[in-house]
Amino acid sequence: MDNKLIVTAAPHITSADSTQKIMGRVCVALLPTLIASIIIFGFNALILTAVTVAACVFFEWAYCKLMGREVPVADLSAAVTGLLLAFNLPATLPPWMAVVGAFIAIVIIKQLFGGLGFNFANPAIVGRIALAVGFASRMASYPMGGGVDALASATPLAVSGELGASHYVTLLLGTHGGVLGETCAITILIGGVYLIATKVISPMIPMTYLATVAVLSLIAGKDPIVQLLSGGLMLGAFFMATDYVTSPTTDKGKLVAGIFLGVVTCAIRFFGTMNEGVSFAILLMNLVTPYIDALTRQDKLGIAKKKKEAAAK
Amino acid sequence: MSKFLKRAAQGAQVPHEKRTSNQETVKMPLPSKIVLSMGQHIGAPAAPAVKKGDQVCVGTVVGKAGGFVSCDIHSGVSGTVDSIITITAPNGAAQTAVVIIPDGKQTVDPAIAPPTVTDLKSFQDAVRASGLVGLGGAGFPAAVKLSPKNLDEIDTLLINGAECEPYITSDNRCFLEDTQYILDGIQAVMKYLEIPKCVIGIEGNKPEAIAKMKSVATAGIEVKELPCRYPQGAEKVLIENCTGREVPFPGLPSDVGVVVMNVTSVAFVGKYLKTGMPLTTKRLTVDGDIIKEPKNVEVIIGTPVQELMDFCGGFTDEPGKVLYGGPMMGNCIADLSQPILKNNNAVLAFSKKMAELPKATNCIHCGRCTNACPLGLSAKEIVQAYNDGNVELLVELNADLCMSCGTCSFVCPAKRPLAPSIALAKIMMKNGGKK
Repeated sequence: MDNKLIVTAAPHITSADSTQKIMGRVCVALLPTLIASIIIFGFNALILTAVTVAACVFFEWAYCKLMGREVPVADLSAAVTGLLLAFNLPATLPPWMAVVGAFIAIVIIKQLFGGLGFNFANPAIVGRIALAVGFASRMASYPMGGGVDALASATPLAVSGELGASHYVTLLLGTHGGVLGETCAITILIGGVYLIATKVISPMIPMTYLATVAVLSLIAGKDPIVQLLSGGLMLGAFFMATDYVTSPTTDKGKLVAGIFLGVVTCAIRFFGTMNEGVSFAILLMNLVTPYIDALTRQDKLGIAKKKKEAAAK
Repeated sequence: MSKFLKRAAQGAQVPHEKRTSNQETVKMPLPSKIVLSMGQHIGAPAAPAVKKGDQVCVGTVVGKAGGFVSCDIHSGVSGTVDSIITITAPNGAAQTAVVIIPDGKQTVDPAIAPPTVTDLKSFQDAVRASGLVGLGGAGFPAAVKLSPKNLDEIDTLLINGAECEPYITSDNRCFLEDTQYILDGIQAVMKYLEIPKCVIGIEGNKPEAIAKMKSVATAGIEVKELPCRYPQGAEKVLIENCTGREVPFPGLPSDVGVVVMNVTSVAFVGKYLKTGMPLTTKRLTVDGDIIKEPKNVEVIIGTPVQELMDFCGGFTDEPGKVLYGGPMMGNCIADLSQPILKNNNAVLAFSKKMAELPKATNCIHCGRCTNACPLGLSAKEIVQAYNDGNVELLVELNADLCMSCGTCSFVCPAKRPLAPSIALAKIMMKNGGKK
């Protein structure tokens, strides 16, 4: 036969979507928040973000080179981790600490477990938690909006009792103390809506997470708007809790995860000694995700019905 | 949103590429030979009923059905049996085939006459004698399908005109060109099987076909526009969308009171009842990025693919892949000497560039496969269980429900070959754990 034809199993076409495109969209969705953080916290925010992203990409590249694996940095997943980790750091953090966080996120949490798709927890969240534990005072000194020289101050959550409705605008714009990517609720919302519109994420986790926090705040007699707009909740709900690898797959599973996140976050916020509950709530959710997944599978066509009938008999 | 939280079953937004939908069917001239495979249907292969040197006419039986679930094979040309050979079918199995050299006269077999149909039995016999198989692609002998065991429970005839595969437009042409035959066929099936209701399901990307069928639909026949999401034409999906019923697994459409026929099949029934000419020709869409003149062709079954390609102007570039059927579920053929089969509805040819699929990378657990699966399966979990050799989990995940529609592979952003892996998982389930 002179004409050798390729023979493969169907299907013979694939969608235009790719891992790189999805991660690229997440990066785009994070850009407005990056710009806001530079405006609020100054040029330092940009430097810290650049260092963190560069460190994440470098560690991914170096680890894969060392292990003789294919280098996957082109899929942009390390860049996304870098951006998210940076967004969880106060703008005044010394860059070398951010590099330590990047190492923990990329090498320890992601690559040692097998690389993209095999990490048991969100690398950026663990990076943040490790830094918060290791460099507690540095991580908790939140600069006030207006420049890095401003005095360190508590996040609105620490003083939420004193905040009134007039502060809603401050919370929306993010011109208050906090880590660099979590203060500006408006840009996070814009990014989140963009991700939902481009079908990168499902709205299920953010919606149920935020709704649960709002309801529990009302029950606890706290201002739900302050609770929703402060701390790491918006960033966590739209960008960290929706991480594919470490969150449930089905709508049912996402619903469970969203409620779980809301309950844990409120429990930590209302009863714990920490101001911030989002990181730990997401880490806990990451750990129970395999169980949620196994218990929230979809009803399969023609099978669920049979089971129900059998149960009825 | 009744399926909310139950099963996303989003399907996939596959490209349409239906550029031949306005092209009227053209008849291809006689080929230099026809190769009639004895295995053009699901079930036992037919046995050759002729020997080398025999003279055959158009409509002469050359292969006799090998059992109840089997089908006769008829010659589409008049001429001489040249040889009986063994060919390799696309699935790799060896298959007996009868090679006939046409004499160019196209003499019709004197036995060909419109069948006398008076009741269910004679109707089923007529369909059996016509050599009809499910023309949507599965190739299930039609006479068997029209003999459901629970006939009195069947209340709906479902005509599958979804044509959800990209490129293919032969069903669309059937709606527009064979409208009367479709109606005749539907009415015959409804009459003899005493089915009160018929639903014709057509995907929304065929507005002309929908309008045409709506304008001619008689009492009891409803035309339903289906959403443009692959795979609308999958039998179970079609039944759920048109009747709201879920076919149990394992089970058949008849278990929920439905008989499903492809539009081309039912049109053939209508035509056969008028003419008595068995299934010897087929309307095919010939398309693909390297086909010089894409068109809809009426071709004699058994025509070598090479001659069909030549009729469509040949290739504009070196072919990488040639498919029987659409790009989602079609089978690759290994060489162009392969013959056209009864259940083909398209032959597509793609360049090397389009034929090569991107490299698979790590699963990112985005869940697109799970949420797209029309049946609610979780492809990523099934493939993981297969890789782990975990048969128990495969059973729990109902991997054997998979119908290989390819939606999961199509939507995967990591370009993982999920559907072929699930096919392997199904084999592993059957073998009790051996890969």
